[in-house]
Amino acid sequence: MSNLGRRKFILYSSAALGSSILLKACGTPPETTEETTTEEGSTPAAEGGDTIKVGILHSLSGTMAISETTVVEAEKLAIKEINAMGGVNGKQIEAIVEDGASDWDVFKEKAEKLIDQDGVAVVFGCWTSASRKAVKDVFESKDHILFYPLQYEGQECSKNIFYTGAAPNQQIEPAVDWLLENKGTDFFLVGSDYVFPRTANTIIKAQLDAKGGTTVGEDYLPLGNTEVTPIIAKIQAALPDGGVIFNSLNGDSNVAFFKQIADAGLTPDKYPVMSVSIAEEEVRQIGPEYLKGHYASWNYFQTVETPENEKWVADFKAEYGEDRVTNDPMEAAYMMVYLWKQAVEQAGDAYDLEGVRNAAIGQEFAAPEGLVTMNANHHLSKTVRIGEVREDGLFDIVWSTDGPIAPQAWNQYVEATKGYACDWSDPAKGEKYEI
Amino acid sequence: MTELLIGIFNGVSIGSVLLLSALGLAIVFGLMGVINLAHGELMMLGAYTTFVVQNVFRSFGEPWFNLYILFAIPIAFLVTAAVGFGLERGVIRFLYGRPLETLLATWGVSLILQQFVRSVNWAIIFGVILFLFKDVLRWVFLKLLAIASLDKPSVRNWGQKLTIPVATVLSLGLIFAVNATKNEFLTKAWFSARNVDVTAPGWLQGGVSFGTVQLPYSRIFIIVLTLICLAGMYWFINKSNWGLRIRSVTQNREMSSCLGIPTAKVDALTFALGSGLAGIAGVAITLLGSVGPNTGQNYIVDAFMVVVVGGVGNLLGTILAALGIGVVNYLVGSGTFVTLFTSMQVPQFLLDIATFFATTSMAKVMSFAIIIAFLQFRPAGLFPPKGRTAEL
Amino acid sequence: MNVVLSRRDKEKKSRTRLFIEAGVIVALMILTMVVLPLVLEDFRLKLVGRFLAMAIVALGIDLIWGYTGLLSLGHGIFFALGGYAFAMYLNLQLPEGEMPEFFMLYGVEKLPIFWEPFRSLPFTLIAMVVIPGIIAGILGYLVFRNRIKGVYFSIITQAALLVFFNFFNGQQKLINGTNGLKTDSSFFFGQRVGEPSTQLIFYEITIVCVLLVYLLCRWLTSGRFGRLLIAIRDDETRVRFTGYDPTWFKVVVFAISGAIAGISGALYTVQSGIITPNFMEVSFSIEMVIAVAVGGRGTLSGAILGTILVNAVRTYLSESFPEIWLFFQGALFLIVVTVLPDGIVGWVKDVLLVQIRRLTGRDHPLTYPAIAEDPVIQSEKEQLTKDEV
Repeated sequence: MSNLGRRKFILYSSAALGSSILLKACGTPPETTEETTTEEGSTPAAEGGDTIKVGILHSLSGTMAISETTVVEAEKLAIKEINAMGGVNGKQIEAIVEDGASDWDVFKEKAEKLIDQDGVAVVFGCWTSASRKAVKDVFESKDHILFYPLQYEGQECSKNIFYTGAAPNQQIEPAVDWLLENKGTDFFLVGSDYVFPRTANTIIKAQLDAKGGTTVGEDYLPLGNTEVTPIIAKIQAALPDGGVIFNSLNGDSNVAFFKQIADAGLTPDKYPVMSVSIAEEEVRQIGPEYLKGHYASWNYFQTVETPENEKWVADFKAEYGEDRVTNDPMEAAYMMVYLWKQAVEQAGDAYDLEGVRNAAIGQEFAAPEGLVTMNANHHLSKTVRIGEVREDGLFDIVWSTDGPIAPQAWNQYVEATKGYACDWSDPAKGEKYEI
Repeated sequence: MTELLIGIFNGVSIGSVLLLSALGLAIVFGLMGVINLAHGELMMLGAYTTFVVQNVFRSFGEPWFNLYILFAIPIAFLVTAAVGFGLERGVIRFLYGRPLETLLATWGVSLILQQFVRSVNWAIIFGVILFLFKDVLRWVFLKLLAIASLDKPSVRNWGQKLTIPVATVLSLGLIFAVNATKNEFLTKAWFSARNVDVTAPGWLQGGVSFGTVQLPYSRIFIIVLTLICLAGMYWFINKSNWGLRIRSVTQNREMSSCLGIPTAKVDALTFALGSGLAGIAGVAITLLGSVGPNTGQNYIVDAFMVVVVGGVGNLLGTILAALGIGVVNYLVGSGTFVTLFTSMQVPQFLLDIATFFATTSMAKVMSFAIIIAFLQFRPAGLFPPKGRTAEL
Repeated sequence: MNVVLSRRDKEKKSRTRLFIEAGVIVALMILTMVVLPLVLEDFRLKLVGRFLAMAIVALGIDLIWGYTGLLSLGHGIFFALGGYAFAMYLNLQLPEGEMPEFFMLYGVEKLPIFWEPFRSLPFTLIAMVVIPGIIAGILGYLVFRNRIKGVYFSIITQAALLVFFNFFNGQQKLINGTNGLKTDSSFFFGQRVGEPSTQLIFYEITIVCVLLVYLLCRWLTSGRFGRLLIAIRDDETRVRFTGYDPTWFKVVVFAISGAIAGISGALYTVQSGIITPNFMEVSFSIEMVIAVAVGGRGTLSGAILGTILVNAVRTYLSESFPEIWLFFQGALFLIVVTVLPDGIVGWVKDVLLVQIRRLTGRDHPLTYPAIAEDPVIQSEKEQLTKDEV
């Protein structure tokens, strides 16, 4: 082991304590491998007897609870369905739910707990990029598996994470292209003050430069801020005759933003807003009358017409109430449980993490949004759609790609990652290789 | 010229929200020296009340639905005033003279209120009702003991001591028991952790057009509402009997008490009044932003800044502070300085600084920095208390 | 019945106490440094390490709140600054010419200038103590100079907290914004920080730091300086009239407290593996304060005990009942403030021990212990009794 030198260091530095540390260090492997995974290879976690333990790690409290609780419901529904169908390989799934409390540090702590203490076979979790980045280290150092259900900014490709939401080229880029073609070339970018909007806007600016659009301004609201007046003034100054607003605000600020721009007279015919974090659930909370006529870009809308979707929406409403709606993150969360199940069935053993990871690549699933395929870069091929908010709070799908689009983990507009790709099916290529 | 007017209007509209949310806080702080960290959560309760009123009025049909907000204001006032009254009687009155402890206790209350709206269902309501009627329970218990001729002073004493713990355990037991029934109606959370949708009535959507810009009706409504609240407060404090008492307690608590003013009642009343104003502010913010369990947190710190800058016990200070902070926030955040500096040919570094702070989040940093700088000149706020009551 | 103590007895007694205290400390050190690593699994041990790191900042808070009576709601700033300082150093442990990976996300090509000094370990070690200390000192000076105190002070520290939060949160290009800095995959003296064996070293270092900071605070609070702090807490005006200028004492003690928080933050960061602006959220700082209150402010042991207890309960409750954790936390605040104002240690001292003594018949209530124990009065008393006889 590589840390012999340091063990000596301890021994010399504190002779009295050294012995205990040495005991500890040497005593670890035989005693505790049952409970913990070591850092080399994919050592199986605790065998769960008749059940397979899986972790669910989302915020049940704090600012993000509003969104993340819906994803938990979708995941629980999928697990319930799978259990009702006889489980995975004849074993029932046992979900262990942990609260990340909207705090990245807590996410990390709970991820460690799920893996080390509960010995889960997989974790379904996270919403914000910050929480995913925080737990990424944990999953990589313990060589475990995380399924992540959100569309995100890309520029990441972990061996241990499966991304079932959209990569930028499956949401943001088509949305920008569509706007350039149909709505105008002057863009004002509004976002929450954190990583996803900032990175997304970096991509959008690069794309606009490449395609002949202009970024007339951008501004960021702190998470939870509800005073939009200064931004409205900026938009009016920058786009006196109307233009496109590209909105990557998250959470509460969206409500304030749409209520206040509507009152300030920024109507969708002159100032169409394209949102990438607003789905059916958010529309319901903001109020459809403020959003009517604005646009959103997703892979899934509740109004998608597939038999799988019809069934899923009905099942979801039966489980959680007639008044509930489904949306893209929930759909991604729902289907990722199935994707994992298929991978486990192919690998044979849920705790053979390496096997499950390899088996996951290439899995196809008829999801509510249509057919999805897990690519070698751990992202899904997905269909892209653009929807317009209508009176009842659902979306009219105004545009969609002909079929699933292959995901790009590394962005092809941003200078630093141009020409790179990711491929986990080939150990020589891995996280980032030049095409 | 219009631009200047628009700028002033925008600054004032930001300021009026601040003022409305800080008004109740200022009164409570001025009178009792109590920092109420649960003030934001009282606003949130006001907002949730608006949500409930809206849903009730929706079932009444069109002419009524449009007017729901006018009814929501007094109802929200009463609801939050009642909660504030309970808070004062139940917690804060035991902590007078210990402002720092009050601060921590009210923080605890704010956490409880946040979780309360997330998980409130009939089971919890039953538990709360049971707890509120703990004195009745004790009375019944003692009567039963009396019948069993076990009524001794020591028993009474224990009864007094054990009321709250026993009532707590009983209420929690009831909540768990009802939740365990899994009855759909009794255990379904009313609001859940998600935001709720409050829609402004039709006549508050849109605005008055001035050339390219539009002054939103909702902002005008809030400004008017703030003015009405101010006028009401002014009248109440300066013209009514209870206002007189409040003023006298603010100036000298011991002396007022000696002169027969029921200071305990004055405290409870003031606190209820301050909480009620938070409820009205809660109605106002539904027009602008989201309504959810975290709503209060978004406003509370700004409200405190207003109180600190405005100084204690002077409405005028609070007003000026709120408007000042609003205007600064607007001017910095909207990049007005950047345009101004560009046209004025000022040195490059000034322009760089202005650009650096010209986003909404950095404007906040800037305005806090200005506040701390301001306090160097006027440590006790704009209008510090004068005379003997003023501390060294 | 009175206990009569001569000066020698008194000295003896205080020496015995010192021995008992030293004994307890040694026992606790052995327990935490040797026994716990053998008994607990890695994951739990890491938690204990984090709690102990939090105990350090609790000592700092106790110093200014328990002893000096200033309630700071802004200790998250100093905690996070210490954490960021160390995390920046760890993030820079890269091959020559490379930059931390996250900069790529925002298209930053040149390392921001203020990162440069953090390449050096000595500078970092000094900076993670001194920077929070200086910032606390400046903030303290600006506030105390104007005799701002009480809740005003608390609110201003909270506002300062928000300024720092917004700044760190908004500056992706400088400091990675919301995502914060991660340390687990960095290298410290050639060892991966996230490795259990490296973590064990940080754990042991944390315990040593707890001890050192405890001794520092004990030394600060026991002598003249300590008495002056308590005097400021109890009646600042009188201190001023006695000829002291409380401002500088307050500034110094606030700066020390901030520096202590910096150490704590750095140790916490390496053990949790991440530092984010979330540590500068309002709730985190208030939670630290309440932990001290639970243990008992004005007693150093109380601060440590309370922090470990509250964090342990928090971990347990949020694992078992995540959805109702806030109820418990809120109730905890209320109960501590209303029923247990002196915290657990205060309750043990004032209520429990008294009750036990009473039950065991070793109760010696002294109305005015200072008078009763004064040797002059004793000898006078003896004289009087003699005379009577």
